[in-house]
Amino acid sequence: MTWFSSPAEATARLAEVGYLADGPTATTAFLAGTLEKPLLVEGPAGVGKTELAKAVSRATGADLVRLQCYEGLDEARALYEWNYKKQLLRIQAAGSDGQGQDWSQTHDDVFSEEFLLTRPLLTAIRREEPTVLLIDEVDKTDVEVEGLLLEVLSDFQVTIPELGTVSAVRRPFVVLTSNASRELSEAVKRRCLYLHLDYPDSEREKEIVTSQVPGLPAKVAEQLVTVVGRLRELELKKAPSIAESVDWARTLIALEIEDLDAKAIDDTLGVVLKHASDTERAVRELRLRR
Amino acid sequence: MALLDRHIEFLEALRAAGLPVSLSEGLDAARALGAVGWGSRTQVRDVYAATLVKRHSQRPTFDALFELYFPRLVGDGVAGVRADDAALDADVAVDARDAAVLRDTAASIRLLQDQLVDALATDDTERLRQLAAEAVGRLGAMPGRGPGLSSWSSYTTLRRLAPDEVTSRLVQGLMASGWTEEEAERVAARRVGAYTGLVEADARRRIAEERGPAHIADVSVRPTIDRLDFLSARRADLEELRREVYPLARRLATRLTQEHHARRRGPLDVRRTVRASIASGGVPLETHHKPKRPHRNELVVLCDVSGSVANFASFTLMLVFALREAFSKVRAFTFVDEVHEVTSYFTPGGDMVDTMTRLAEASAYAARFGRTNYGRAFELFAERHADALGPKTSLLVLGDARSNYADLALPTLRSIAENTRQAWWLNPEARRQWDTGDSAATRYGEVVPMVECRNLTQLGEFVHRIA
Repeated sequence: MTWFSSPAEATARLAEVGYLADGPTATTAFLAGTLEKPLLVEGPAGVGKTELAKAVSRATGADLVRLQCYEGLDEARALYEWNYKKQLLRIQAAGSDGQGQDWSQTHDDVFSEEFLLTRPLLTAIRREEPTVLLIDEVDKTDVEVEGLLLEVLSDFQVTIPELGTVSAVRRPFVVLTSNASRELSEAVKRRCLYLHLDYPDSEREKEIVTSQVPGLPAKVAEQLVTVVGRLRELELKKAPSIAESVDWARTLIALEIEDLDAKAIDDTLGVVLKHASDTERAVRELRLRR
Repeated sequence: MALLDRHIEFLEALRAAGLPVSLSEGLDAARALGAVGWGSRTQVRDVYAATLVKRHSQRPTFDALFELYFPRLVGDGVAGVRADDAALDADVAVDARDAAVLRDTAASIRLLQDQLVDALATDDTERLRQLAAEAVGRLGAMPGRGPGLSSWSSYTTLRRLAPDEVTSRLVQGLMASGWTEEEAERVAARRVGAYTGLVEADARRRIAEERGPAHIADVSVRPTIDRLDFLSARRADLEELRREVYPLARRLATRLTQEHHARRRGPLDVRRTVRASIASGGVPLETHHKPKRPHRNELVVLCDVSGSVANFASFTLMLVFALREAFSKVRAFTFVDEVHEVTSYFTPGGDMVDTMTRLAEASAYAARFGRTNYGRAFELFAERHADALGPKTSLLVLGDARSNYADLALPTLRSIAENTRQAWWLNPEARRQWDTGDSAATRYGEVVPMVECRNLTQLGEFVHRIA
């Protein structure tokens, strides 16, 4: 199956499921599907990196398999593990049922499919239906895990010493996300297509906010996007993300604020700015308190 | 020229500019272009970016080179064709160029400025690009030069366009629509800066057209921000550098905790291991280890804040203080020919921009005569702040070791260094410039090991090493 037939089609189908992609995003998503290469998405928190993978899965009707990375993630959690309890039971059962099975027979038995616990990476590779594999926050893992990913990402296969090599029946659409808190190795990057997602321009952000929060009056949306744009111009520790502007829009609806004036901004600034020094700076620069 | 040649040349230019483009990535790009097609220039750029650029900091370099190898228009583009309809043969074309020079009267510059202010106010990138092409075409031509000499100048264009005037008009325009003054000034400066970049790019494009892109790529593409020399940074670069400091500190902090965790297992705890082995019939299935005590240094930073070295000092200070949890205690002193303690300016979680401003103001306290005098600074430091040093302290001296031929006070520095656990000297100058002129790099380097630290990458590596 082909994922998208052209960049334009990618834009349209992603928009249908509520993800407004810009040109580079659509082109890169199309390429990831056509070239069957993994897609590495980097960018600040909250610009829709994970959402892109989810949107691709919704738009193409594929299932999403997700591997959430964290410090200390290992092979047993990412690839596969032998179900050793069940193996033990099997060995004990073989010994106790009287007739006694041949040892070599048992030995082969306990390393079969039945005793294999598949983890996300192996699951995604073995699936026969279209699959989107999301490897979230790769930069959180240790460097060793990147080595594990290499075989999966370049050849779409996993080697299990006891079973042999499992190759993908159907190549999944792989999305890796990263906050760039650590440089990924060149080996991983070389195997991926790269996309840097950034804060959108005000026009696109307004579309996103209004599509996510349908009840928002157009005037408030306009004001909100302008204020968020102005906040991003300041050198803040954490500039407000798209997710935060959407949250802010929801807050304004909940508080029934019809006009985003200085007082309203000041009262609800905590939704978008999460550092005390950022808030102070915003209040001073935007002259919120007189 | 065939498309394939252009593709290969482009890849080579990227490699020459320091982007690690491998053979397989080049093949990917070619395959991807086969899938997408050459229909739209932005799409071609997106395809190249997705397959070749794997680090966001390399994007400006990529964009600059892409503009050179795949220019968005040739000559004056459609507008130029309209103006020079009659220009059928070379002679007439020269006439047309002369006419263009005549055209750029005060009135036409005024008109261009008006259009520019409008476009800047709405931040319309496409229109700005057109205006940049128009401005270079009308104001930047340098007729009368022989073939082979650069015939377009962004410098001339900008001088005649008077960007300062444009900026002040833009500030007024923005303030009229409800922006505060500081905000309007900052935004205006940034947008005009971006427009300046567009004009420079357009001049490069025109030169590349006449003399081949490879020629101009060598001389005009600047290094990426993390490899940019502190000493050669322009004002716009400084802001970008400042924006990079906090993310860099965050990356370093992540790396430090990860490495710290990896080394967490200390020596074997025999008592706990034996105690635990009772549960498994005396077989020590699991070993227990004593926790490793985190080893933290006290850090004293002593920095020269005179002239151009000041930027380097403040970036290093920002980085060190952003990483303060990696040290048990940090104290900072600045000097020119007087020593001044600045530790109190760095409040935890404080605002970067404010801190930098206050630091810059405070550098006045560090100067009495205003001529850098390392010897005097070291003696004053030893006299007044000797309590800052101890056997657990690491000392960091920042500066270019250019002491205006004054007394170097080497014995004082030696005794200071002996009082500390470790001492380093970070020098922002390239190693080949050490010992030229009044630099005392080697002589100081014999007392305190001197390290070259010219850009953010080197700085990050160094801070990581001592943390």
